[in-house]
Amino acid sequence: MSHQEHTDNIGAKLGMWLFLFTELLLFGGLFILYAVYLARYPHEFSAAGKELNVTFGAINTVVLLTSSLLAAMAVTAIKRGEKGLTVALLSGTLGCALIFLVIKYFEWSAKIHHGIYPGSPRLVAGAPGESVFFGLYYITTGLHGVHVVIGGAVLGWIGTRVNSGSLNQGNNVALENGTLYWHLVDLVWIFIFPLYYLIL
Amino acid sequence: MSVAESKQPARTGFWSDTGKSGIGSWILSTDHKRIGLLYLYSVLGFFLVGVVLGVLLRIELMAPGRTIMDAQTYNAVFTVHGVVMIFLFIIPGIPASFGNLVMPIQIGARDVAFPKLNLFSWWLYTIGALIVLTSLFSGGGAPDTGWTFYVPFSARTGTNVSLAVFGVFVLGFSSILTGINFVTTIHRLRAEGMTWGRLPLFVWSLYATAWVQILATPIIAITLVLVIAERVLGTGLFDPGRGGDPIMFQHLFWIYSHPAVYIMILPAMGVVSEIIPVFSRKPIFGYKMIAVSSIAIAGAGSLVWGHHMYTSGMSDRAVMVFSFLTFIVAIPSAIKVFNWVSTLYKGSISLEAPMLFALSFILLFSIGGLSGLVLGAAATDVHVHDTHFVVGHFHYVMFGGTGFAFFGAAHYWLPKFYGRRYREKPALVGWALMFVGFNITYFTMQVLGIRGMPRRYYDYLPEFADLNLVATVGSWIMVTGLIIVVVNLWRGLFWGESIGENPWDGATLEWSIATPPPTENFEEDPVVTHGPYDFNKGVGIP
Repeated sequence: MSHQEHTDNIGAKLGMWLFLFTELLLFGGLFILYAVYLARYPHEFSAAGKELNVTFGAINTVVLLTSSLLAAMAVTAIKRGEKGLTVALLSGTLGCALIFLVIKYFEWSAKIHHGIYPGSPRLVAGAPGESVFFGLYYITTGLHGVHVVIGGAVLGWIGTRVNSGSLNQGNNVALENGTLYWHLVDLVWIFIFPLYYLIL
Repeated sequence: MSVAESKQPARTGFWSDTGKSGIGSWILSTDHKRIGLLYLYSVLGFFLVGVVLGVLLRIELMAPGRTIMDAQTYNAVFTVHGVVMIFLFIIPGIPASFGNLVMPIQIGARDVAFPKLNLFSWWLYTIGALIVLTSLFSGGGAPDTGWTFYVPFSARTGTNVSLAVFGVFVLGFSSILTGINFVTTIHRLRAEGMTWGRLPLFVWSLYATAWVQILATPIIAITLVLVIAERVLGTGLFDPGRGGDPIMFQHLFWIYSHPAVYIMILPAMGVVSEIIPVFSRKPIFGYKMIAVSSIAIAGAGSLVWGHHMYTSGMSDRAVMVFSFLTFIVAIPSAIKVFNWVSTLYKGSISLEAPMLFALSFILLFSIGGLSGLVLGAAATDVHVHDTHFVVGHFHYVMFGGTGFAFFGAAHYWLPKFYGRRYREKPALVGWALMFVGFNITYFTMQVLGIRGMPRRYYDYLPEFADLNLVATVGSWIMVTGLIIVVVNLWRGLFWGESIGENPWDGATLEWSIATPPPTENFEEDPVVTHGPYDFNKGVGIP
């Protein structure tokens, strides 16, 4: 029997793009809820949205955009065969991911400290729209945070494979797919930030 | 049994040509045929569990009042029957088992695009199934919400909803990965000459199904996450007391779960489109229309979820729009039925087991589809909503449709993969009993529903007693037939008569290779020169 190694980079990327569609739809469900509840409680949403810290949100946006830039540069670097630079750039991406999570941690802690968390006495007693807003806020940013962790883990694993040489100039579709996933994480945040921090 | 097994000659093809044996060569295999069989055994096992639960439900409803179980157990049994049948049997049923077995061969490929991902998705299925099973026997006991997990009850009941819902979440992930794998495979791995216009219709139906799996399943995933958050964190997003809206849960749930019924029925339609031309000895009538109607059903079917919610408190305008769209879906479904019937016209029909299942699919699916229009029309739906009419309708399309097609596919394709076949006569007897018992059971349910018997009720008024008894007796006839069918298949596949490459004179690629097929299917990459139903030219390789 003829046994051939079959590799298909276009197929691998097609599969990744399909997976990214599913991720968009996963968050899409939350954005639908946001739209419906915003239409129902415009005043409560506006008031609650003003309690979010725009500075934290803006810093995190810059951090994530930078991380995406570094990830994209890593793809170019590996295609040029610059292994050390690729690993360095991926490390930069991971560093940004870490900064993002730390800022998120302080942001959430401050909110929880003020008695704003799902099911807290303040939210239960407060206006219904406020409770819905913060419920959505925690679920959406929480799910996004989970994706940051997963994306970071994937890029970390890919980084070690680049370092060991199993991903290289000729064989780099895994790195490309990993960074595609990272761009998705970035993209989702690009929608979360204005919806929750800016427009209300 | 072990003595008989040792007497039979070793199986050839993918059963032995890797030189590996033991459990590891199965549960760690990336061969699409082995994974297909893993899925087959899993889904068939859960199907039988679901059947037992269904029979218990019918026995309980045989007479008014308590018959064999108390009310809480009844609630748990119909919930688990639904969850097992929907999420563990019928959604993965045909695509993951027969799709995995047959689709790569039908397009001339050696395997799917992502073989490791394929194995991973079976593992996710297994893990999800184990989580669901664990939820039945731990925590507050088996969920009692119905398979739809409607809030607010699912957010408050003390039973083990969180774990069951998490299990379904994992199963959804498995389904998404299968969908991604199939779309990529069909785009990238078609053999030379296997153009889109030469794809077997089963592949077309799997392609449409895979898109629905990809686009709809994430919505149920997030919905289930929200139910868990509701229970664990008390987010209150669906709690009217806190500003949430339970109707939003229903929207999100049905945005997935209505397209999901097309995940269940489309592959079955693909199976029927394969069997009918082969056993009529005639090229399929209206190939293009059947192929396009699969895509049309997938597209239109994604826009009709609101017809589950006519009585939930949507606006009248929304009800009318959803009702209109629902009627639109009937068109591509009818296109398929008419094309199958046209294929039969003046064909040289041979009524063997696969054909009988396919023909009964057409009849039962038509009855189910037409009763679906009764539910799709808002005016009549208000009267029969949440009655046994719905239960009857759903079983006509899902069991009469997909279930019968599943067994049609089993009789049609499994001999190819085992190298042995079942006996014809018991298959016919089993089919006949299933068909008769099926109609007695579910047609009676539809009549009961029209007369006003609600579904999911433990007890009922005395005037419904006679028909309920009839339905229960029907279920016994059906199960007798089912047992005969399964035992006959099982015996045949392991100890039956050996078969050659092409027992049915089919013209799709799977009939061109050895029986059982070797690992990696094709000695040399095939070159396809004509369509899949061109019986004069034989199988699609010169």
